[in-house]
Amino acid sequence: MSQWVLRGLATGVRTTHYPEVEESSPGISPGLPVGGPCSDHQIRALETVCPTEVFSGRDQELLVNRRRCVHCFRCTRRAATPANWINDFEWATIAAHEAGAGRLFGPAFERSIHILVVDAGDCGACLSEVRQLNNPYYNMHRLGFFVTPTPREADLLLVVGPVTDHMRVPLQKAYDAMPAPKKVLAAGACALSGSVFGPSFVCGGGVRDLLPVDVEVPGQPPPPLAILHGLLVAAGRA
Amino acid sequence: MSEQGIPDFTAGLSWPDSARVRVNARQALCVVECEASDLITICERLWIERGYAFAGLIVEELSESWELRYVFYGNRDAGWVHVVTRQPLTDRTFPSISSVVHAADWHEREAEDLFGLRFEGHPRLGDFILHNDRWHEELAPMRHRFDASKPVTHRAPDLDWRPRRVVEAPGAFVMPIGPKFGGMTESVHFLLETVGEDVIRTFPRLFYKYRAIEKIAEGRTAENALLLAERFAAATGFSHALGFSQAVETICETRIPERARALRILLAEIERFRHHVGAIQEICESTSLLVANSQMAMLEEDLLRLSGALTGHRYLFGLAVPGGLARRLDDSDCRAAVRRAQDVLKGLEKLETMLRKSSSFLDRLEEVGFVSHDEAHGYGLVGPVARASNVVRDLRKDQPYTGYEELAFDVAVEREGDGYARLRVLFEECRQSVSLMEQVVAALPSGPEVIGELKILGGSALGWVEAPRGAAFHWLHLDDRQRITRYRLITPSFANWHGFHLAAEDFAFQDFPIILATFDLSVAESDR
Repeated sequence: MSQWVLRGLATGVRTTHYPEVEESSPGISPGLPVGGPCSDHQIRALETVCPTEVFSGRDQELLVNRRRCVHCFRCTRRAATPANWINDFEWATIAAHEAGAGRLFGPAFERSIHILVVDAGDCGACLSEVRQLNNPYYNMHRLGFFVTPTPREADLLLVVGPVTDHMRVPLQKAYDAMPAPKKVLAAGACALSGSVFGPSFVCGGGVRDLLPVDVEVPGQPPPPLAILHGLLVAAGRA
Repeated sequence: MSEQGIPDFTAGLSWPDSARVRVNARQALCVVECEASDLITICERLWIERGYAFAGLIVEELSESWELRYVFYGNRDAGWVHVVTRQPLTDRTFPSISSVVHAADWHEREAEDLFGLRFEGHPRLGDFILHNDRWHEELAPMRHRFDASKPVTHRAPDLDWRPRRVVEAPGAFVMPIGPKFGGMTESVHFLLETVGEDVIRTFPRLFYKYRAIEKIAEGRTAENALLLAERFAAATGFSHALGFSQAVETICETRIPERARALRILLAEIERFRHHVGAIQEICESTSLLVANSQMAMLEEDLLRLSGALTGHRYLFGLAVPGGLARRLDDSDCRAAVRRAQDVLKGLEKLETMLRKSSSFLDRLEEVGFVSHDEAHGYGLVGPVARASNVVRDLRKDQPYTGYEELAFDVAVEREGDGYARLRVLFEECRQSVSLMEQVVAALPSGPEVIGELKILGGSALGWVEAPRGAAFHWLHLDDRQRITRYRLITPSFANWHGFHLAAEDFAFQDFPIILATFDLSVAESDR
């Protein structure tokens, strides 16, 4: 056993200092397209090339619905003039119905939030990125975020996946079993909009159909730091 | 030898008089059309006498008739055999081949549930993909007349429903686990039949994540359905996008540029390497070996970052497209990525040596979750799980695609069939993946990554790929307007979930997470 202890010590600290220090290692984020001033001709071109209706706008102003982006990169690789693309990751937003209502949780929750993760039809990638938050590079425990297997001690419900029909009842039951105050974080394009899968007879158009979503994290999948940013937003620390 | 130096793979095969046989030597494909009454005889001959592997059952609803296509494959000399039978749409009863070819068991259950077909002689039909406590029995959502865009009225829950029980003993009970269990697990339900500490049998109940990918792909263009193929099981998305693209390329009779073929191997092996490291990390996690778990998790993240830095996406989205690759990759970037992969492999091998010396770790893997060679073969298991039970099958070797035939590697196999054997196969395949990457970048052809304009044609074809978890098959049927009329998705996890209960019989309850982790299953990939 001692070999493992020594190995752990010899590795040293590998953890990112985000959010105190900016993190910019290569390959930590796929990025997202951004809007801004843009010719109407190019807006039409981007609308045509995007399979999930991310782009809209007129009067020389490109609007980007980040919730729908599935990272197919067609707007950067196929459009005659590629869309602007930024490799940041601080994408999380507070949902419209909560905006302006102040912080989501009281100050007692600022340093410690327990999270229940529910897979509601996820493809494996979002869940994999959530799992990465436990690896030493990100180590979400240092920021006071803990994953719990039981809804009884959960403050935040983190949902990935578009909510398949068979998962509606388990998801609702998990939410109902959580004590108040409770909030919902939807991570990934599927959980926000159904992505390429829904809505259909067997699949919803996102978590909003079933539960009140408080924090939205776009991306397919959102990289670990984007999810971490979402958690910080939920805790009122970002 | 027959035309073009292709071995005559049909030598020695004999068919009933009623069968009509067509041979496509270029694709090493033999299509046998037969009456439904001859199905069992023919499949038995291929499966038992000739040792073909069963890829899957493809059901198509044509304008006037049902077409059932049983796909078998062997090694390079044996090629492919498609056994095809047709019946009028009004006649929905077919003989069940699963008493002979047990690997077809779940395929028939799926066809019964989604198409409303009946398989005479199948011991257990109904309540499979669409759970009977929510859906009406006669829904048949894969029929063309069913509108997938509209919501469906559910049945009232059956309050008398009880889980199926086999064990009748004093004190025996059924322990339900899931669909939401543990910290960060995929949604799946298990019924463990137990008499206390010892678990007698395990029944997994799947399809909580059924997204009807095959149904919602219908009517789409190949370009649009590619998004589904890439994203339904995104942790192995590149492999599935590759299988799909190869099906389209076969339909369009296209050969893609040499550089794209080589780079596809590079990316597929990066994905396999990353997936296997993740699988090893889950095994370490299941045994609560915390330092090993952290170290493996860092290596997995290193490979995710490597993928992201090389291609722009950590899970290699948006790269494989029919006709080649969607973006340019510089030679120097590829070589740098392989060098980083070599570093990761060095770290992995150090940990492997340490794990092999950790007796507390080995004790929990050895002789746990045993699957015999005969069971693995009979259930049609695939991938590292099957290879750990000495089933020597790997599509990269048996039916090479995209240029694997030009590279040197041996199929990794082990004999023991327990959890430790499965772990050793994963380690060996990590080494193999890095060796394949090295071979590819050492002789990277120049030229374009994608053919100029791919003209999509109508037709049908099978694309196949050895995904990280095993053999995956994508059957695609495009009509004259280049719209999809049938997309059949046969995944390795579907095959391996079918055999999971073999490994989870008669064990101590605390071994359950370990058996699950060594079986390396994806629910998303199986549920589709």
